[in-house]
Amino acid sequence: MSTGLTTNLYLLTPEFALTALAFLVFTVDLFLPERNKEWLAGLSVVSLISVMVIALLMRPAGSIELYGGLIVVDDFGLFFKIFFLAIGVGIIALSWEYARDRLDHRGEFYGLLLFSVLGMNLLAMSRELLTAYISLELLSFSLYVMVAYGLREARSNEAGIKYIIIGALSSAIMLYGLSNIYAALGTTTFAGIADELVAQNAVSPVLWVGVALLVVGLGFKLSAVPFHMWAPDAYEGAPLPVTAYLAIGSKAAAFALTLRLFAEAIVPAFDLWSEWQLVIAVLAAITMLLGNLVALAQRNIKRLMAYSSIGHVGYALAGVAVLGSDFALAAKAVIFYLVVYAVTNLVVFAGITAYYNRTGEDDIVDLAGLADRQPYIAAAIAIGLFSLAGLPIFAGFTAKFYLFAAVADGGFLWLAGVAIFTSLVSLYYYLQVIRQMYIEPARLAGDVGDHEPDAEVASEPANAHDHHGEPEAPVVPLQRPSWLLSGTMGLGLIVVTWLGVYPAPLLALIESAGAALLP
Amino acid sequence: MANFDQVSLLLLVLVPLAGAVLAMFLPKDRPRDAWQFAIFVAAISFVLSVIVFVRYDYMAGGVQFQREYAWIGHPLNITLDLGLNGIGAPLVLLNGIVLLGAVLISQTITRRTRDFFVLLLALGSGVFGVFIVRDLFFLFFFYELAVLPMYLLIGVWGSSTDFGAFLRTKEYGAMKLMLVLVAGSVLIWIGILALYVASSQAGSPTFNIDTLAQLRTEGAFSRTLELWVFPLFAVGFGILAGLWPFHTWSPDGHVAAPTGVSMLHAGVLMKLGAFGIIQVGMILTPTGAEVWMPVLIGLGTVNVIYGAISALSQNDLKYVIGYSSVSHMGYVLMGIATLHPVGLAGAVLQMFSHGIMTALMFAMVGAIYERAHIRDSMILNGLIKRMGVTTFFFAIAGLASLGLPGLSGFIAEFMVFTGAFRTYLPLAVLGVIGAAITAVYILRLLARSFFGEADPQWDHLTDASPVEKGVGAVFVLILVAVGIWPAPLLNVINTGVESALSVF
Repeated sequence: MSTGLTTNLYLLTPEFALTALAFLVFTVDLFLPERNKEWLAGLSVVSLISVMVIALLMRPAGSIELYGGLIVVDDFGLFFKIFFLAIGVGIIALSWEYARDRLDHRGEFYGLLLFSVLGMNLLAMSRELLTAYISLELLSFSLYVMVAYGLREARSNEAGIKYIIIGALSSAIMLYGLSNIYAALGTTTFAGIADELVAQNAVSPVLWVGVALLVVGLGFKLSAVPFHMWAPDAYEGAPLPVTAYLAIGSKAAAFALTLRLFAEAIVPAFDLWSEWQLVIAVLAAITMLLGNLVALAQRNIKRLMAYSSIGHVGYALAGVAVLGSDFALAAKAVIFYLVVYAVTNLVVFAGITAYYNRTGEDDIVDLAGLADRQPYIAAAIAIGLFSLAGLPIFAGFTAKFYLFAAVADGGFLWLAGVAIFTSLVSLYYYLQVIRQMYIEPARLAGDVGDHEPDAEVASEPANAHDHHGEPEAPVVPLQRPSWLLSGTMGLGLIVVTWLGVYPAPLLALIESAGAALLP
Repeated sequence: MANFDQVSLLLLVLVPLAGAVLAMFLPKDRPRDAWQFAIFVAAISFVLSVIVFVRYDYMAGGVQFQREYAWIGHPLNITLDLGLNGIGAPLVLLNGIVLLGAVLISQTITRRTRDFFVLLLALGSGVFGVFIVRDLFFLFFFYELAVLPMYLLIGVWGSSTDFGAFLRTKEYGAMKLMLVLVAGSVLIWIGILALYVASSQAGSPTFNIDTLAQLRTEGAFSRTLELWVFPLFAVGFGILAGLWPFHTWSPDGHVAAPTGVSMLHAGVLMKLGAFGIIQVGMILTPTGAEVWMPVLIGLGTVNVIYGAISALSQNDLKYVIGYSSVSHMGYVLMGIATLHPVGLAGAVLQMFSHGIMTALMFAMVGAIYERAHIRDSMILNGLIKRMGVTTFFFAIAGLASLGLPGLSGFIAEFMVFTGAFRTYLPLAVLGVIGAAITAVYILRLLARSFFGEADPQWDHLTDASPVEKGVGAVFVLILVAVGIWPAPLLNVINTGVESALSVF
């Protein structure tokens, strides 16, 4: 294995290509007339898919280090790269109609999205703390702008400011943590950390502080409790596709980093870290408890999804807590969970976006009677929520069962118990949404194709129950969702069901990705 | 036929599931087509369930038609392991019968008919699945699949009950049912994980019931583990079986549900719970079962008495049947808790018998409600005059439920009491008292609402439709047949009971 700085650089072709394509999007944007900006979405999708193809064609044999060990090209990185690129495609599919109708400067929007995907890809490949930090910042900076993209909406601006302030704070904390780790161990590469730890055979106070701060910083990025306060506001204010992106992409990326960090820096010296296992387990427990309990009180669907995603972060963190016990099983379970979570959330957000595009409403009660007005959207959201709640035959059930079995097997049966209990709690608030769509009657409204929320309609009291034989209220059908959103939902539903019924092929892929992590 | 045995169990699960998926593509605005399609699917399932039951060789006993399909490999080692034992076989038959009956009765569903049958068939598939899998993951999978559709089935197509002072809405019934049942699942899930962890520590991680039982005999499960895991299973599954004091979801859920769903729900779904206690709790954690059984039989006796007294004080026909189900499931729990061959066989027979009789009662009450738009037994009277056939069927089901000799309920209850008298004498006496109370509320109901003088306001009522008559006649025939000649069922049940008790 060569340690030269410029050898094997061709292996980074997918990343170079993605960078070039992102700049291309920015450049083309300058020359495109306003009415043709949608082409940029198409260009971005083509970019992402071609990068995916390049990455697959260049699949390395084994793992190859670049830049003297700062970055590694291996199956784990490849798996997550494909995953992130696919998320990017999904988010563009969600954004197209939304951006056309509601956002200014769409060109830069897609360019930023490509850059954030680049950040995530690098994050999954980095094997050194500062490289990881820079990749994470590339992702975060793109997201800061995207969250505040609804220029004309006060909520979006507020969300952007909150997000950037908290984000900067957490970056500073993390950076301070990294400097402490460097001070204690004299290295920032993951493998170096492990070697040095084994050599020192003790954890110095400085290192403790460093790792604690690193955990706090990652906690902010993951929105784990108690570092979650920014999430609901940012989710609620951000444009809907960006909310989806926050829930899916940035979480998955931070977990990719966490997995590699654990595998290479901590697992080899695990005996020194057994206390941390308990710390993370407790973090996971309070994250899932608080996320799911507070979700009960939400009235806005975006806030609901924010707290729900906090809950799901808790589940994945529970898997992280047992990485030290049986790395192969736990890593597999966490990655599987992340994939299932991403696909399911994409379906739910596609449904919510489709509804929002037509009505401009995003409160839970606004969904009343959706099953009669537009059954396809209602079915997609309902199936997605059932899957998130962990009910068969959908992917959420299999993923949760797998993950909780891994957690229990790692010696944390109580944590699995808390997770299972909070799944029950989550079922209640997911059912509230389903109840609005399927059971409550549609409100009398003439707002088809109307993009502004209708004040008179909002004051209409929701009918509590229907009596036997009472004539049905006239149903105002909703305009069909765009083919792009329909397609996203359809494809997502197929994947959600397929993974719920037969996950073995995906698990085999994940197995090879996880195996690449361990020496 | 031998080739067919290879796939019969798989078909049993796949036919209703495929039916549910295909039904999604039916035209939305043709309710009759959806109904006929559902009948077609349910009829195939029914035929399959009969064939499977008949082909089950009780002389050989044990687990039959076993087939294993790889699913998730190492390290969880989950396989779709299908196999039928003597306890599952009669329940598969029961589900085949009740599913077809419920689909037929659901002719009256005219709103979003297609969606209704999609959910109903999915539920049927889940129930079949639980009875025939040998792997805890899939057992739990199908268990949840059977529970999941209930929320929408009740919430969308159900009916609210106005008590004057307060309102029991269908949304309330649906949400209560769903949350309580899933709370039970939480306990079951934890129990399953605990057994998996024990098997993993013993060096061969598995969810397979047979392998786990094997590991247990090799000493993989500590006594402490069994002592705390069994209650998880007993309460978790017990909730679905209507175990007191977790039974309150059941009457509310039954009452709010549309007729076809009530039939399936009280008829089959509650049996999943009792089946789970036997199949998982007793077989995998017998040491825990032995210690906790006195508690379970105590709770079962409370079920019998409490359910009967509650039924006594209800006026709503559906609530009477709902509480009577709670009471009758008490006999099942008592029978299981005796851990005595006769008592346990009685419990399984009671599951079958109660499944048919309660489905019949709900079907008939549904027919009355459809026409009179009321279920209050204080207001309804003289139904025999206008609804003679309905009254006749309801009366037979009622007599079966109070244990009239010659009908199926008598044999089942008699066996349960025989088992209980040999093991827990005082509780058995209380159980018999419960049966006496049953006689009071059933006969009072018959006297008050069905026989006697009719108000002129009921002159417009018409008797049951041909479909309802057909379903009712078949169910009555089954009640009588089992009452007179229970041997075909009992032969099969006894082999299952024998192997279930062999671990003690």
